[in-house]
Amino acid sequence: MGRAKTEGPLKIAVPRGALLGETLDALDAVGIDTSEVRGESRSLIFPGQSITLVTMRPSDVPTYVEAGAADVGITGKDVLLEQHDRVVYELLDLGFGRCRMVLAGRVGDERLGESQRRLGMMRIATKYPRIAERHFERTGRQVEVIEVKGSVELAPLIGLADGIVDLVATGRTLEENDLEVREEILECTARFVANRVAHKLRAREVDGLAAKLRESLGR
Amino acid sequence: MIHPIPPGTRDVLPDEMRELRRLHLALIEVFEGHGYGEVATPAIEYDEVLAQGDGRAADTAYRFFDSSGDLLALRSDMTIPIARLVATRYAEAEMPLRLCYLANAYRAVRPQRGQMREFAQAGVELIGAPAPQGTAEVIEVLAAALDAAGLDRAVIGLGDADLYRQLLAEFGVEGEARESLLSRLAAHDLVGLEAELSELPGISDEQVATCIALSQLRGGKEVLDEARSLGGDAVERATARMGETLEELERRGASRRVQIDLGLLRDLGYYSGAILEVYDPALGHVLGGGGRYDGLMKRFGLDLPAAGFALYMERVHVAQLEEESPTGGSS
Repeated sequence: MGRAKTEGPLKIAVPRGALLGETLDALDAVGIDTSEVRGESRSLIFPGQSITLVTMRPSDVPTYVEAGAADVGITGKDVLLEQHDRVVYELLDLGFGRCRMVLAGRVGDERLGESQRRLGMMRIATKYPRIAERHFERTGRQVEVIEVKGSVELAPLIGLADGIVDLVATGRTLEENDLEVREEILECTARFVANRVAHKLRAREVDGLAAKLRESLGR
Repeated sequence: MIHPIPPGTRDVLPDEMRELRRLHLALIEVFEGHGYGEVATPAIEYDEVLAQGDGRAADTAYRFFDSSGDLLALRSDMTIPIARLVATRYAEAEMPLRLCYLANAYRAVRPQRGQMREFAQAGVELIGAPAPQGTAEVIEVLAAALDAAGLDRAVIGLGDADLYRQLLAEFGVEGEARESLLSRLAAHDLVGLEAELSELPGISDEQVATCIALSQLRGGKEVLDEARSLGGDAVERATARMGETLEELERRGASRRVQIDLGLLRDLGYYSGAILEVYDPALGHVLGGGGRYDGLMKRFGLDLPAAGFALYMERVHVAQLEEESPTGGSS
């Protein structure tokens, strides 16, 4: 069990990667200084008077927030759905970082349908095994979900899988790899989440930040 | 030679055991001091008897057959075994009945999350004392236990388990839709709650806003007035119940640690009326919880109101260490 505390400056888990820019813009807009994070520093922690920013992979945000190592955080809905058993409070849809979770197959390739028809089963490669499993379960199809960590586009190209379930923002990566969207599973945006104990014991700070974010983003 | 033990279980060595023992003794002394007699029940029971309490709440993760083919289960908490014990042995006794325990319970764990399969709980059960006096007494004992553990900054969240069930009924939301919304509320998924509620036919924007606003109300006595200003029968009744409990606590001089929380909802199925959760700034996890379960004893054939709480001993111990450390409590 974690030993994380919910005291001292409010610790905000900030996602590195695709969501970083818009997250920092949103924090700037509510008066939180993010210049240090934007700078050349290789640090992961940026302490401040009343607020400390902690940068991490988006998929680690629920882990840190659940344990209380960060009081609040920002991450994608895709991450929250994939780790839906993590106990974090989802307080606000921030609206940015919009992308789609899709099922994609090779352009003009009928293998997805073929496998389903003749073998009763599709092989799907993904970085989101739980979201994929739930989608196919809900739509009544049997699949073999193959979890991969890196470039998932590779899997159907060299025969590891018939199709992929992945996050698509512009669709350019799919296009470049000769893949096309076959089904839309869900739409994801960035969410503001809070630790359960911080939400109770630091109510004013957490509510204040949520309200300011809501206002400045027009949510 | 290394001999493994199952994940989620652990050995306790003398240094830790000494400290745990001190904590155990301090808590039992508080419970006994308030007139609660300590009981022990078997860790294994008939699965069918535990399930009678509430299939969902019982949540027994470990079941097995004994040599005569009976299905046994490891208890997942102490509330249901004590309900069983009271119905069996104290059906004719003078009420209220005050019992306490310090015992291990067993639950399933999700891998790699530091969760314990076997964990120690200390708590009390007050059988036969209705709200608000019974609720206030349990909170008073809980506050005294936190005092004894040295957790000066610990907070007791006080919510109401019936609020949203009744509020949604008032909005005309029933059945599956209501259960789904309640689980969103329990998980505190406000984004999902708002989306799901808005999609229901006949729900106004104002009703959606009321539900969201209520779930965010937490703080001192003033939040009861804020809640009332949102209107409605369900809110009126829930705030009246909470107000009565709070008044009774003030009369007993035991309201210091209490935070009113209209967003509090625990997913254990048997709660009705008041629900409790314990937090400490030294720890990102909940230290314990409890509340009223006026319908539980009836399932065992004895229709009596009841309330209680349980503290997770390992977590209380960790919080205690943090409070004692030189940096703990400084902010």
